[in-house]
Amino acid sequence: MSDNLLSLKHVSKEYSGNKVLKDINIELKKGEIHALIGENGAGKSTLMNILFGMPVIHTTGGFEGVVEIEGHEANIRSPHDAMDYGIGMVHQEFMLIPGFTITENIKLNREITKPNLVSPVFGKRLETLNVKQMNEDTRKALDTLDMNIDEFLPVAGLPVGHMQFIEIAREIDKTGIKILVFDEPTAVLAESEAKNLLNAIRKLSRKGIGIIFISHRLDEIIDVADTVTVLRDGEHVVTKNVKDTNKYEIAQLMVGRKINIERVDGSNKNIVDETILNIEDLVVEMPGERVKGIDLSVKKGEIVGIGGLAGQGKLGLANGIMGIFPAKGKVEFESKKLTLNDPKAAIKSGLAFVSEDRKGIGLLLEESIESNIAFSAMQINNDFTNNFAGMRLKDSAKIRSHAVKMIKDLDIRCTSPMQIVGSLSGGNQQKVCVARALTLNPTLLLVSEPTRGIDIGAKKLVLDLLKQLNSEGMTIVMTSSELAELRSICDRIVIICEGKVEGVLPPDAPDAEFGLMMSGSKHTEGSEV
Amino acid sequence: MVGIEEKGIKYKDIVKKIGFPTIFIGGFWILILIAGGFLGISIATLISDTIKRAGMNGILVLAMVPSIQSGTGPNFALPVGIECGLFALVCAIEFGFTGWAWLFASIAFAIPLAVIVGYFYGKLLNAVKGSEMTIATYTGFSVVAFMCLPWLMIPFKNKNMGWFIGKGLRETIQLDAIKGAQKLNDFLRFSLFGENGFITFGGEKGIIIPTGMLLMFFLCCVIVWLYFRSKSGIAISAGGINPMFAKSSGIDIDKCRIKANILSTIMGAIGIIVYSQGYGYAQLYTAPLNMAFPAVAAILIGGATASRAKVSHVIIGVIIYQGLFTSALPVANILFEGTDLSETLRMIIQNGIILYALTQVKGGDK
Amino acid sequence: MNSVKTYQRLDTTKTSTWAADNIVSLIFVAFTIFGFIVSDGVTMNYFLTELSSRFFRNTFLVLSLIIPVVAGIGLNFGIVVGAMSAQIAIAFMRYFEFGGVLGLAFTFLLALPIAGLFGYFTGVLYNKTRGQEMIASLMVCYFANGLYQFLFLFVVGVIIKVPKTHPMIKPDGVGVRMTVDLVPVEDGGLKYALDKIYEIPFMWAILIVFACILLLQLWKIYRNKNNPALYRYNKTTVLINIILSIAMIAISIYSILTNSSLMMVRKVPVVTGLLIVALCIFNELILKTKLGQDFRSVGQSQHIAEVSGINVDKTRIIATIMSTVFASWGQIMYLQNMGTLNTYGAHTQIGMFSVAALLVGGASTQKAGVKHAIIGTLLFNSMFIMSPEVGISLFGNALLGEYFRTFMVYGVIGLALGLHVWRANKKGKITLN
Repeated sequence: MSDNLLSLKHVSKEYSGNKVLKDINIELKKGEIHALIGENGAGKSTLMNILFGMPVIHTTGGFEGVVEIEGHEANIRSPHDAMDYGIGMVHQEFMLIPGFTITENIKLNREITKPNLVSPVFGKRLETLNVKQMNEDTRKALDTLDMNIDEFLPVAGLPVGHMQFIEIAREIDKTGIKILVFDEPTAVLAESEAKNLLNAIRKLSRKGIGIIFISHRLDEIIDVADTVTVLRDGEHVVTKNVKDTNKYEIAQLMVGRKINIERVDGSNKNIVDETILNIEDLVVEMPGERVKGIDLSVKKGEIVGIGGLAGQGKLGLANGIMGIFPAKGKVEFESKKLTLNDPKAAIKSGLAFVSEDRKGIGLLLEESIESNIAFSAMQINNDFTNNFAGMRLKDSAKIRSHAVKMIKDLDIRCTSPMQIVGSLSGGNQQKVCVARALTLNPTLLLVSEPTRGIDIGAKKLVLDLLKQLNSEGMTIVMTSSELAELRSICDRIVIICEGKVEGVLPPDAPDAEFGLMMSGSKHTEGSEV
Repeated sequence: MVGIEEKGIKYKDIVKKIGFPTIFIGGFWILILIAGGFLGISIATLISDTIKRAGMNGILVLAMVPSIQSGTGPNFALPVGIECGLFALVCAIEFGFTGWAWLFASIAFAIPLAVIVGYFYGKLLNAVKGSEMTIATYTGFSVVAFMCLPWLMIPFKNKNMGWFIGKGLRETIQLDAIKGAQKLNDFLRFSLFGENGFITFGGEKGIIIPTGMLLMFFLCCVIVWLYFRSKSGIAISAGGINPMFAKSSGIDIDKCRIKANILSTIMGAIGIIVYSQGYGYAQLYTAPLNMAFPAVAAILIGGATASRAKVSHVIIGVIIYQGLFTSALPVANILFEGTDLSETLRMIIQNGIILYALTQVKGGDK
Repeated sequence: MNSVKTYQRLDTTKTSTWAADNIVSLIFVAFTIFGFIVSDGVTMNYFLTELSSRFFRNTFLVLSLIIPVVAGIGLNFGIVVGAMSAQIAIAFMRYFEFGGVLGLAFTFLLALPIAGLFGYFTGVLYNKTRGQEMIASLMVCYFANGLYQFLFLFVVGVIIKVPKTHPMIKPDGVGVRMTVDLVPVEDGGLKYALDKIYEIPFMWAILIVFACILLLQLWKIYRNKNNPALYRYNKTTVLINIILSIAMIAISIYSILTNSSLMMVRKVPVVTGLLIVALCIFNELILKTKLGQDFRSVGQSQHIAEVSGINVDKTRIIATIMSTVFASWGQIMYLQNMGTLNTYGAHTQIGMFSVAALLVGGASTQKAGVKHAIIGTLLFNSMFIMSPEVGISLFGNALLGEYFRTFMVYGVIGLALGLHVWRANKKGKITLN
């Protein structure tokens, strides 16, 4: 009989034939702080969804393997079950109602009630709320976390750090909480708030609660965790005691891969030493991918890779330049000032964008391939139109012939140019997006997450396409969460962390360097902890 | 083409393509026609009435297309455009126009008025994104109620319009007094299977085709169809279904919505002028209050949804809607003696269709 | 740490937005005052008599709108469905000539399951039209009206055979008449069945009501002294209430003692008043139960409520059922006071007038309370009473006053809704910070 609080044994999960978790084995003892680290897509969220009984797991075929709590097999089929087993989760996005008080939020759907005159007849739901008792419980939970604020304050207007603590307070208020999972808890916190959080976590672990701590910040992991597990591509790479390892090792394990995408060096590539795009102190308000000040220069003819972990801001860069999300700063393209927050101006000046949100921003899913391809060029450059009675009517013949050409050039698999884009496969949809951007005849192409959701075979085709475009003279700025693909075709890779440029690496730099930069360890090296 | 797939035609696909409401209501109409035939009602009359009413209402239903395509849902504020048209119509009478001159003057006055009103109303709609349908309904009601005041107070002197005693305009203005009634209807009117065999010009029997009015309706359909094949129209349609996509291509969504609304208001204004001449009367005061709902129901019956509509939906929808209720009245009168069930039937079907369309609107996620 | 306690800081009200928040109510107050100034035919007596009877007729209906607003469904125009349920019940009772106070009690009892059933269907509809509940509620009124007409015009007579000679039925035996007289309660009917149970003079009612309000304010102050953190109150509101109460008590005592003309104002129906007070108390108390808290949670955020395990769909349906049932009872109270059932028209405007009244009282699509309903009913009906007068004075035409009144009703709803949505959209915009 193990004395483990939690055991995950041979846990695997498949989504439509795609294995996202392969044979994971993790153990957690009472009072242990166990860190979980991995790149995007490593399987962290899926693992937590399994532990927490989220519906998305069970509606897609369940999972293999066994979850044991205190030595006994646990059957967790819903968040409610997870709660009964004593598992609590502090999410990244706060589940707090701003208009309610702290007490009401903490006690949401777990309110304490007293029977009254009508409740015997009409049921428990008509019992009176015991506000006094609820306030007392809340006070206790808040005190455990050393929080001084009054429990009857509305949550709206409280600083983010406080909201984080209220989330924690809600979990520890649940009776019998044994395991707490923290999902990137310090992501939105200022430095001092993060320190307080780590102290609170230590305090909770001393009470015997087992903590699972998901984070990309290596320094925090080294600081507070007892053990660390590295996941990579759904596989369990290693579990080590933090005492027995260091930042470099963890970083390298996080990034390093056995199989690399082959890099074919374009040795005859001419990169002129001319700056085509200059970015100064760019700030972008993209929810979830905030940019807090990026400085970057792109040379004409190169392929620049923009990498980094999810939520760190790399996707915000291209979106900010193209005016999709509010931005401010100074951007110069071909030595001319680029007006920000103006998609039309960006496109007219010679920039084109293939968005990471293929189905949301990239395509009109209910329209035909040819309509999608011709759209931007028609709206901005008046291509594919004829003048008729004062109106600019679409020239169906031209749209058709251009679409046919694009389908041939990019090898888009479809039944005809009139096929509805929504019925194409992911890879072909991506090609339609690229076709639309290319129809604008851009000088510089920004492409984000070019192979997301595409199978291995098609991935190579898309990357080859980008290489070919580049060899014909197009400058490309490629943003991707898959380091491997960046390293396979980019001339240099810029790593974004915490909304700023953390550093620039050549594609053949050692794995550990990438890992450290992506987790933001480099910049705290000199500063005290 | 690489990879052409063979698709077998399945029943389910047909139903999905045409749309459940269309098949249901369309089938119901055909049933009533058959019943009418058995009961001895002249099918030719029923069809003539259907065509006439379809022509009368067609442009009002057409006004739904721009607002649906631009993402603001069906234009529940159709009364706004209608009041523009009525005001123009009344002014044209006051300035002494009669006959064809009156018709063209009304339209000429209505268009600029509708442009201005449509512009401001469009700005209002931009401020209330997400609740356009509710706000539209109440704007429509408010404008109709408000216009009752000018109707009552306006110092117009034309005898054909005013109350016999006191100031203000009558509730119903007879258009044959100014030779405006049936003007379009009678233009090049002919009938099929009438007095002189297959085609009789100016005939009174058989299936009567009000050519002028149908030409007007057709003209407006062509204008709207062309508009949505133009760069602006394509931008509006994209903005209505996927604002982020449109924005990323440099489209100003707010401006598009205003343009669409102006077009819709113009259609409403022209629509009521055509309707009134077809009916023979112009109805002021509270008559336009509920005129949006039949038009909304008609386009939905034609196969449109709250977010996508085509001109073909307008034509199919207005024929089925008017056909059903024009035919139902005489049939119901015979079948259920004494009770006027057709109005009740209309309330149930018309509003039921709109409710059904509302349940299909996505976007109200928890 | 400064000496001002947190809960004291919470009590400071933002006066800057007060005018903007209450602009609709202010317009109506201005209109009423204006009416008094320009008209010369309206005596205080006439005004108070009209206002009083309208108040007791309509308030219950307006109160029934509160719970759906709290539960996030918005303004429930669908109370018309409840009104129709009531009319089915009343028609039934009237057909069997079952009247009197006992008959009235049965009417309430009969309306309950009917309204409950239709309220359930309406609730299911709202769940299917999530995000567009208000336009759906508007359309459901028209739709249900069609079904109601089908029932009353056709089913009664053709499917349910009824004698031609019954005073309720049309002469040809098919369909219910357009107006049905609700026979006075003395003769075994339902007219004034509720009102006439017990009546007291108007001024006595004023005295009692404002004495209670005064006591309520004093109790609030007392409670606060004992436990300042738990029982906070708004100082300005309480002060205004105290001053107002004392003034009204003084006026009423004066009137009673001197037997002034104000004593001639129509008598006040006590039981109706008590029922209204009961619903007010119910609305307050329900929010202190688990169900009420669930209403509020669902109203604030359906997503978070769902994730926390609250059955959002079921909660919304319960809210709709409650609203519909209360509306049906409210319609019974309305009709017993009117004395005649306008079979095909009594229910059609009810939804709109009640919603307008609630909005005039300061409610919005997200926030509504008992005081909004009471103040709103008073203000709205004041405008109703004054509008013919205003029409005559301003335009020389009473008809114009009526049209203006209709415009005000539609306009109020449109304005309140529009303002609310506009401000909500402004808050949600992503901006550079």
